[in-house]
Amino acid sequence: MSESARDAILGRLDAGARPPEVPDGDFQVMAGRPGTVSERIERFRTAIEAANAEVHATTPAGWPAFLMARLNEWGIDRIAFGRESWAGRQLIGDRGEAANGLVPFEGAIEDFKETLFACDAGLTTTRGAIAETGSLILWSGPDEPRALSLVPPVHVALVRTGSIHATLHEAMTADRWRDGLPTNAVLVSGPSKTADIEQTLVYGVHGPRRLVVILLADVPGGDDGP
Amino acid sequence: MGDFGKNAEAALASAKLRGNLRRAMDGLMAKRGAQFADADEWSRLRALGTNVRRRSLARLPELLRKLEETCTANAIQVHWAETPAEANQVVLDILRRNGAETVVKGKSMVSEEMHLNGYLEENGVEILETDLGEYVIQLAGETPSHIIMPCIHKNRDEIAKLFEDKIEGAAYTEDPAELTEIARKALRRRFAEAGAGVTGVNFAVAETGTLCLVENEGNGRMSTTLPPVHIAVMGIEKVVESLEDVAPLLSLLTRSATGQGITTYVNMISSPRRADDRDGPREVHLILLDNGRSSIHADADLRPTLQCIRCGACMNHCPVYSRVGGHAYSSVYPGPIGKILMPQISGFACYGDLPGASSLCGACVDVCPVKVPITDILVQLRARLEKTKGLSLGSVAWTGWKIMHASPGLYRLVTRVLGLVGGLIPRCAPLLRAWTRVRAKPRFAPKSLHRLAREGGFDHE
Repeated sequence: MSESARDAILGRLDAGARPPEVPDGDFQVMAGRPGTVSERIERFRTAIEAANAEVHATTPAGWPAFLMARLNEWGIDRIAFGRESWAGRQLIGDRGEAANGLVPFEGAIEDFKETLFACDAGLTTTRGAIAETGSLILWSGPDEPRALSLVPPVHVALVRTGSIHATLHEAMTADRWRDGLPTNAVLVSGPSKTADIEQTLVYGVHGPRRLVVILLADVPGGDDGP
Repeated sequence: MGDFGKNAEAALASAKLRGNLRRAMDGLMAKRGAQFADADEWSRLRALGTNVRRRSLARLPELLRKLEETCTANAIQVHWAETPAEANQVVLDILRRNGAETVVKGKSMVSEEMHLNGYLEENGVEILETDLGEYVIQLAGETPSHIIMPCIHKNRDEIAKLFEDKIEGAAYTEDPAELTEIARKALRRRFAEAGAGVTGVNFAVAETGTLCLVENEGNGRMSTTLPPVHIAVMGIEKVVESLEDVAPLLSLLTRSATGQGITTYVNMISSPRRADDRDGPREVHLILLDNGRSSIHADADLRPTLQCIRCGACMNHCPVYSRVGGHAYSSVYPGPIGKILMPQISGFACYGDLPGASSLCGACVDVCPVKVPITDILVQLRARLEKTKGLSLGSVAWTGWKIMHASPGLYRLVTRVLGLVGGLIPRCAPLLRAWTRVRAKPRFAPKSLHRLAREGGFDHE
């Protein structure tokens, strides 16, 4: 059935009057305002805060201490993370094993599901971010499974300030996404939300209720730490 | 035949429905307007989005072949279906082969075209809508009345009552936050336990074999991440050439639909779980549904119908839709886009009355982010419909109208006669009857404008 359906559909499309070829459009409008690093950081922060995310700033070396010091305040007892990501390795550090409350993603999701559903938070890195729309670019993989940013009620994301692009179009072209997309890439622009009931905005439907962004100032111009 | 006229009358009589719709439409129009406050940016972005859609359609057969090739290389299994029945069969076969008894579903209009829920239930599969609006609709045993906001016709009191009645342990509350929490709790475990997830597709990228899904709630990500099988259904027109093409369409889609610069999640799926991945479905299937689209594509006058990216802005701005709501159309796609799409995919026999349910005011065309010429297509469909009917009182009257307006002498004579005796035509006369049923009978001026002008000394305009 599938073969014949394919042939019939493509046959009809091939047989129909061929539409005139359309030239490529002008993508200039997608460039947005490039801006300096500081400007991009500010625009990213304003946009994602408008979508109800919390933004903090610290240093690339200092974030594990920054995070550990605030878990209590944020009401997080157990935070899941990927052991093999750069953030995971930095978090475990010299200790060689995860501290109390740190829950490394073990094995496949089938074995880790119950643990993950019981965690308060998930920690992920980001491939970058987008200033115009206030979006995180999540690039999942073996080191950082996609459920980490999805299942726990709080998502904590690390963003290097040097990786903030002006627009989505710039991010995908400058970073050459077309040459190698992961199983799942996701843009995240705030905590999960809905307005299905009388257009009243409510946060925390099926995804995380809270999104905490930690900016890591890794380039000059973005040094507006705490 | 659908009975739009009768349904519209019933809808107009409901003060509650009109109140619910008015509030929703006003909010959506204001939010969209704020997004496109910069007229120059709007016009350039819109030109680019339109270009992308037209270019994709111009290359549709090549792009579909390319999409099949890249998806297959990515281990996404591609299936083709000419009809909704075939597509349903493909879904059921995949579920049976995987022993999936429960399915979690993200919002998908193509699955509504397929009437997938009913089909799977008949075949013993439990299918659970997980988008909050769709969940409400499923609990109520209804169909969506808007393609973006499925339960826009309901207010919080109705949803509160529904949840109290249908969800075990749910206490009555009219607070949207508490209602949302009830739905979250009811569905959370179901994602983890479902045998498969079914979703639609907003854009499919031919060059990379990537499926893009746009959503705010996270139910789409849950449905495509936790169950062992993901089945995506899409109309064949949703393919675009490159990843770059997604950027303008995404911006136009979310800003037009809900007035958001971007949705909370933009989910780009390029393969099932790879050997070293720790999560994600082990199988990803893409079902390409035709359902009349290839025939629309073959017709140059109707082809622009396929440019649509399903943002729903045409409904939000339509003076007809915003008063009667989606259910009056008795169709999968309501509003202006439904009026041109439904007769083409399901035939005039069912939806012949829809192209007429428009004043051709063009509000839909003004806001369409990809310039679908909705009013032109409506006129085109009306003309075609008339041809199928043959000679009718209406067609005779319009032919007379045409002849009269092409001949100055005849025009003068007819307006003169109507000015004198037009008032004697009874309100129940054929053609006039439909108009005067709910309106005063038009009065003919004793003297035509032409005559008044002449008498006033204007010999030439």
